[in-house]
Amino acid sequence: MTAIIDYGVGNLFSLKCSFGAVGAGAEVTGDPEKIRAADRIILPGVGAFGDATEKLSERGLDKLVIEEAERGKPLLGICLGMQLLFDKSFEYGEHMGLGLIPGEVKPIPAGLKIPHIGWNALEFNKKTPLFKYIKDGDHAYFVHSYYADCPDNFVSAYTEYGARLTASVESGNVFGCQFHPEKSGDVGLNILRAFCEL
Amino acid sequence: MITKRIIPCLDVRNGRVVKGVNFKGISDVADPVELADLYSKSGADELVFYDITASFEERTIFTDILKKTAERVFIPLTVGGGINTLDDFARVLACGADKVSVNSGAIKDPSLVKQAAKRYGDQCVVLSVDAKRVDGEFRVFAKGGREDTGIEAVGWIKRLTGEGAGEVVLNSIDTDGVRRGFDLEMLRAVSEAVNVPVIASGGAGCADDFIELFKTLPRVDAGLAAGIFHFGEVTIPELKKELKRNGVNVRC
Repeated sequence: MTAIIDYGVGNLFSLKCSFGAVGAGAEVTGDPEKIRAADRIILPGVGAFGDATEKLSERGLDKLVIEEAERGKPLLGICLGMQLLFDKSFEYGEHMGLGLIPGEVKPIPAGLKIPHIGWNALEFNKKTPLFKYIKDGDHAYFVHSYYADCPDNFVSAYTEYGARLTASVESGNVFGCQFHPEKSGDVGLNILRAFCEL
Repeated sequence: MITKRIIPCLDVRNGRVVKGVNFKGISDVADPVELADLYSKSGADELVFYDITASFEERTIFTDILKKTAERVFIPLTVGGGINTLDDFARVLACGADKVSVNSGAIKDPSLVKQAAKRYGDQCVVLSVDAKRVDGEFRVFAKGGREDTGIEAVGWIKRLTGEGAGEVVLNSIDTDGVRRGFDLEMLRAVSEAVNVPVIASGGAGCADDFIELFKTLPRVDAGLAAGIFHFGEVTIPELKKELKRNGVNVRC
């Protein structure tokens, strides 16, 4: 069972349905016991970084996610959920993240259209089990105004948007996608399928 | 690089997809969930569901359809029509919408855009504008294109994108339903004035209209159409193949 962490931000309906589409069980939950019992964890997120970290910590879920990740449980952060994995963010001030992957979340460089909305190509940067059913150059759906600036050895794919943006990251059992796999058609479903096999 | 998006628009009334010409002469065409699934499988990059229901009962049918679509279609869904309050945002987001498009609701209360962007993020708020040429300027129209608001469109769009609208759908009433091509003049004026994605709507009649749109106006990000897709005059795989052949970057 995959636990999709519900901490009061965003709509998790499609995300839950996407797991059904790949034949995997998923439960949307904020219950620490269920999250501890789950085989893997999804950290979703839309909205602002500061608001999200506040809501996570109010519920004590920040510590729980870190504990579970350190125990080796597969964790996938999606969109803002990926950004939360890093050390800190500069979205409306300065906020500390979960610190599971080194790096900082910064605004997409000025001059480019913001938000970055639409389907963009994934440029693989290193081998990852999440991409076993997709190929280099496949498109995924992005929608974000901030991006993760992190060391290249943690980046599993980039995407080109006038600037080279981090599309996905990986550090051991901790994974993150800036794009939305649950909104990226078959490519996205295949990434979720691969995650469910971890 | 980011691809140009092709977006079919489904006008839903009383549980069915309908398509009007120049906002009039509505005819029944299909089951929305089936049609959405078909479009997704054929390569649509996103879908817009437009709620043109009039009563509370019909609205429940609409949200039900939205839910059923989100259960099996895994591409972005934008919902518009009858969005006047933050509660309306909450209602459609809970049923699987990813983005919410505001039109008349923003005209009645422009602060709705700022409030919604604050709560859900800019990326969630799509400003939809029906515009028409009046006295040498582009004028914003309300109530499905029936009422001249007196508001100048480019200034209006600049203002509301500054207040948090993360995307703009520009529908030209002058070209809507005519199928002789998008309103390039109006789209140029808007796409050069803002720094958020702009979606062109109104006037697509054939694949060449999309090629002309993206070739002439590289700052336009997406093309939206309804009737030509619903009636099968242009299929999305063929359209994308044509676009690619003409050097337009699309997801195939």
